Amino acid sequence: MAFTLLVIARSRNLFGVIVLSGLYSFLMATVMVAMDAVDVAMTEASVGAGISTVLFLGALYLCKSEEARPLHKPWLPLVMSLSVGAVLIYGTLGLPEFSDPKAPIHVHVAPRYLNEMKQEVDVPNAVTAVLASYRGYDTLGETTVVFTAGAGVIALLRRRRKSPVA
Amino acid sequence: MRNDLVLRVVAKLLIPFILLFGLYVQFHGDFGPGGGFQAGVILAAAVIFYGLIYGLADALKLVPEAVVESMMALGVLIYGGVGVAGLLLGGNYLDYFVLDSNSVLGQHRGIFWVEIGVATTVSGVMLKIYYMFADRGNVDE
Repeated sequence: MAFTLLVIARSRNLFGVIVLSGLYSFLMATVMVAMDAVDVAMTEASVGAGISTVLFLGALYLCKSEEARPLHKPWLPLVMSLSVGAVLIYGTLGLPEFSDPKAPIHVHVAPRYLNEMKQEVDVPNAVTAVLASYRGYDTLGETTVVFTAGAGVIALLRRRRKSPVA
Repeated sequence: MRNDLVLRVVAKLLIPFILLFGLYVQFHGDFGPGGGFQAGVILAAAVIFYGLIYGLADALKLVPEAVVESMMALGVLIYGGVGVAGLLLGGNYLDYFVLDSNSVLGQHRGIFWVEIGVATTVSGVMLKIYYMFADRGNVDE
């Protein structure tokens, strides 16, 4: 994955970059599978590697396939992103170990969901039960966000049709 | 790509299976990985695939833009409608317990409709974005 990222950052051929970002998404999806988050992996593979690649290609079709040389040296943004990344990595040091059963996330509502779901919802896939039932409001919000995004794209990209009576 | 025989045949072979897989992901989401969002994306991907191979005009004939735009709003409406149905039947907003005399079955019913709403909106939006981008390529102004 790191290698893919380096090539993406160095390459000036946008077609190659798009293909590589699809590859990156697939690698990310395998990481998700390795962490037992199959639902997320599925989303990553279909959205990240599938739809986004197609949309990027569609956008590429509209512009030149070579990236222009930047006018400025990228030192300030580079230092910025490296320092923010360093702070984030420092932050992860304070997190509990991966799959630590005593982590705060596992002792709050998760046991209740997992123990009582059988009686309350009785859906074998816990992710679905939490998403659609326990966290129904959040999913409603997400759906609305997707809808709003689509409406925004329409508002930005819709071409005004020439009126027939011109 | 319209005249490439291999692509056309392969697309024709694959698209039914993609659609079937999308429906499987949709309705099997309770039991395995998947759910409305993933299913919506897969269904949209099938149509986008069709559009890529056979051209945008054919895809628009298959799924007209008016359908796509109403799907976007319809999904959110279904989702919100499930919530309102819960209200009308005497529960709180988005309470599924009241949707059936058996509260567990009510949950199942609520999740089912909610997932359908999510899938409808997501596939509508994905298709719409694709149409928007693909449509800009052949501007004849």
